[in-house]
Amino acid sequence: MGEAALKLPNIRINEKLCKGCSICVDFCPTNVLEIKGTVVAVKDLAACTRCQLCDLRCPDFAISVID
Amino acid sequence: MSEGTVAKKQKLSVPFDYDKYLRPKKLPHIWCPGCGHGIVLKALLRAIEASGLNKDDICMVSGIGCSSRTPGYVDFNTMHSLHGRAFAFATGIKFAKPNMKVIVITGDGDALAIGGNHFIHTCRRNIDLTVLVYTNAIYGMTGGQYSPTTPLGDIATTSRYGNIEPPFDACKMAEAAGASFVARGTAYHTLELEKTILEAIKHKGTSVVDIIDACPTYYGRMNKYKSATHMMEVIEKDGTVSVKQADKLPPEKLEGKLLRGVLYKTDRPEYCEQYATQVMGKATGK
Ligand SMILES: Cc1ncc(C[n+]2csc(CCOP(=O)(O)OP(=O)(O)O)c2C)c(N)n1
Ligand code: SF4
Ligand code: SF4
Ligand code: SF4
Repeated sequence: MGEAALKLPNIRINEKLCKGCSICVDFCPTNVLEIKGTVVAVKDLAACTRCQLCDLRCPDFAISVID
Repeated sequence: MSEGTVAKKQKLSVPFDYDKYLRPKKLPHIWCPGCGHGIVLKALLRAIEASGLNKDDICMVSGIGCSSRTPGYVDFNTMHSLHGRAFAFATGIKFAKPNMKVIVITGDGDALAIGGNHFIHTCRRNIDLTVLVYTNAIYGMTGGQYSPTTPLGDIATTSRYGNIEPPFDACKMAEAAGASFVARGTAYHTLELEKTILEAIKHKGTSVVDIIDACPTYYGRMNKYKSATHMMEVIEKDGTVSVKQADKLPPEKLEGKLLRGVLYKTDRPEYCEQYATQVMGKATGK
């Protein structure tokens, strides 16, 4: 397996914009995210498949998954 | 097919640099946690990128309501007008600047209740406007009064015993009134919505997209939905069927469901062009 395949995704969360609605947590197919306090946090980065659903359904421009 | 699978099949439009089209200093936006209006705005911005339009060639016009706050966050020419009057202002702008892509952002209350008459006559004229109706079945901004799309029996602050007014279908009304492009999408099906909005933007003539989204704060809480996610699953995912699938399904599976996708499309003379040729052309003897 090449280096690239092992590289973990970069999940960017903007805590100033996140309103903790939990939409991204609920729709993530592999349970990567959780709500910690009032905002979202990454719980299991290795499980992320980069499917982009969290970004697509976040109403607040608060989460994105880069490569 | 889940949106995840769609995302893999379709050339992905995310990650996306939304900041390019936003006024980032205006964020966070005023919408409540889980409000669908933000999801719709993101699909719209991706559709605009795909359309190749220049920011300065777009004018976004809205009425009043939570949905109508949208123009405040985007870096286009923008106008936040009066409740129910977005169509009238947009018509004036399109008429004065026919090369401008004019996009109307309106709520179901704004477009179909107080603005219903303007909505009908905009469609009848087939003036080249892209109209996005954010249908959350409630007046969000003013505290949860029922709207013309609130389902029968549902609770609003003005229908404590259940709504007795039958809702109407914005798409059927738009088609009957003469709009030449009529479609529906949901915030849940965000990639599909992006494609539908892109088609609407490209179409010449009044292009109406009825967009089902959630108001968790009023409609959701009063009608016992557990969360924004729950609303998206029940109302937007389970409550709709794509037109492409609908042909293959037995009638009982379609009962009570709204159709998604492009529902009607035709070529009909556009108002500004008719005015230029039929009126100005004759008046100036050209
Ligand atoms: C002439 C006038 N009448 C009433 C109002 C009060 N008002 C403001 S927004 C609104 C309804 C908004 O509902 P909708 O268009 O569905 O948008 P939402 O807030 O649900 O996104 C009403 C009745 C007003 N601003 N102006
Ligand atoms: S990209 Fe997909 S798998 Fe990764 S966190 Fe977002 S929703 Fe979960
Ligand atoms: S969907 Fe967006 S706003 Fe909601 S919890 Fe996730 S990152 Fe935060
Ligand atoms: S009141 Fe409803 S429509 Fe308005 S921002 Fe809140 S959730 Fe959205």
